[in-house]
Amino acid sequence: MAAVLEDALVCTGVSKQFYEEEERVPGVKRRWFGRRKRPIHAVKDVTFQVKRGEIFAILGPNGSGKSTLIRIISTLLFPDRGSVHIFGMDVMKKRLYVRRMINRVSVEAAFFKKLSSYENLMYAARLYDVKPEEARVRSREILERLGFSPKKIYIPMENLSRGMQQKVAVARALLTSPVLLLLDEPTTGLDPKSKRDVQKFILEVQESHDTTVILTTHDMDEAEKLCQRMAIIEDGSFVALDTPQNLKAQLTRKNGHAVTLEDVFLELTGKGWEEEG
Amino acid sequence: MELGRELRATYAFVERNFNLVRRYLNWEIVFLFYSIINALTIGFIGVTTGPDEVLFLTVGALLWGFLSVLFHEVGESVSWERWEGTIEYTFMAPIRRLTHLGGMCIFAIIYGTIRTTVVLAVVAFFFDISLKEANLFSGLLVLVCSSLAFIGLGLMAAVLPLLSPERGSQATHILQGVILLVSGVYYEVEVLPGWLQNLSVISPATYTLKAARAALLEGQSIAALGPEMLRLVVIGLVLIPLGLFIFNLGENYAMRSGKLKRSG
Ligand SMILES: Nc1ncnc2c1ncn2[C@@H]1O[C@H](COP(=O)(O)OP(=O)(O)O)[C@@H](O)[C@H]1O
Ligand SMILES: [Mg+2]
Repeated sequence: MAAVLEDALVCTGVSKQFYEEEERVPGVKRRWFGRRKRPIHAVKDVTFQVKRGEIFAILGPNGSGKSTLIRIISTLLFPDRGSVHIFGMDVMKKRLYVRRMINRVSVEAAFFKKLSSYENLMYAARLYDVKPEEARVRSREILERLGFSPKKIYIPMENLSRGMQQKVAVARALLTSPVLLLLDEPTTGLDPKSKRDVQKFILEVQESHDTTVILTTHDMDEAEKLCQRMAIIEDGSFVALDTPQNLKAQLTRKNGHAVTLEDVFLELTGKGWEEEG
Repeated sequence: MELGRELRATYAFVERNFNLVRRYLNWEIVFLFYSIINALTIGFIGVTTGPDEVLFLTVGALLWGFLSVLFHEVGESVSWERWEGTIEYTFMAPIRRLTHLGGMCIFAIIYGTIRTTVVLAVVAFFFDISLKEANLFSGLLVLVCSSLAFIGLGLMAAVLPLLSPERGSQATHILQGVILLVSGVYYEVEVLPGWLQNLSVISPATYTLKAARAALLEGQSIAALGPEMLRLVVIGLVLIPLGLFIFNLGENYAMRSGKLKRSG
């Protein structure tokens, strides 16, 4: 039993398919029984485990299924097949309990734009049953460590830069003391300074809290810098899973010269990194 | 304490929405202004047709204003959060859906009451409405009883945007329009063509308006209006659980099909 609890997350054979209505093509007659639906295999048979306290990165280009996988783990989407357990609890059957243990930072800032950071944080605190007084102190502390100037906490969030908004998003997630933190491209689109602030903070969190982190990114340097182990996802499937060092070492042995993660990706998927997009 | 935890979480929605009202204050004032003008113009129609009509019509305008606020706040809550981009955050909060929707309903009732009171004050200033005959207490009780039914309807409407992000909100507006047409807000339902009167029978607003007018125009007592109020309460007690049930089905559908949110 103790061994089981060392696994913060267990994903087994997870698959997810969406159906997208086909575009209406001008000139082509529509079939009278309705538009055809095209299936999109967003996640295909993904299996992995994440150890307690680990930072696990999922690296992949746009549209490879990272967000879909994160949504399945964070109880926002049902998988078609497979199961997800967080500290032994099934995310589909024990939704309410799982939700108390997790929090998610998404790519886009999910805030009430006209409300201030403070008001948005208070909303989060009440939903997660954090006492307002405690929430006030903790969120200030976190924001300060992230390099967020405390004066700006009372102005509407629409007047903050993307970097600042993302810092508030990180603070909001940490405020609720999650044991599993899901970061879906937390640094995408941030200026270099904010990016470094957020990355530094993620490492700090891992050191100072009993928090397991799952991080998606399309930035190889970020994955290499932050994670202990990483998976490479392409078209919904994991094509590799190991430590960044091992992934590079395997290919280095094969090629006979030193390689970067970019070379690893190219080798595994047969595609250049940037041509995906 | 599980129950205490859930009760405290309802306040998250009340506080959040009042914060939003404060931040969108200009729009609030514009909408309130429009509601007042709307009630006044309808009252003036009554002045031209006969003094008895003024009260009949203003009761209609006020009640419809209140019921629309309830229906709108609850029914549009999903579309609104989708537009803001907060829907996933709210839906993955560790609270029961009942707590979430209950919080929205509590806000809607408080907010609707405040707005209706302001409109009432202005209307009373313009038309010297005689409430000597009125039984205000019965009128108030009718309002409370019918809130339940409207919250139930709002819950059913709220599910539509979960089923179809594009068309759900449009359907909500059509539903509201039909209720306005068939419930006898500004006229007796008897003037409607027969086939539309069939819809009047199933609209809870029909009974609300009838009972509210009986209380305010004829001064009928709580005892006399008992059966009407009981009917409204029963409709509410059926519609609320039904609304929650349908909402849950809709949520499960959205979580299976990926309709909660598309991008990101
Ligand atoms: N809710 C949805 N409905 C339909 N298709 C979706 C939905 N979410 C994602 N997809 C599709 O699934 C694929 C994977 O998307 P996503 O998980 O967002 O990738 P990533 O986060 O790696 O960019 C894409 O082709 C995307 O268009
Ligand atoms: Mg994504």
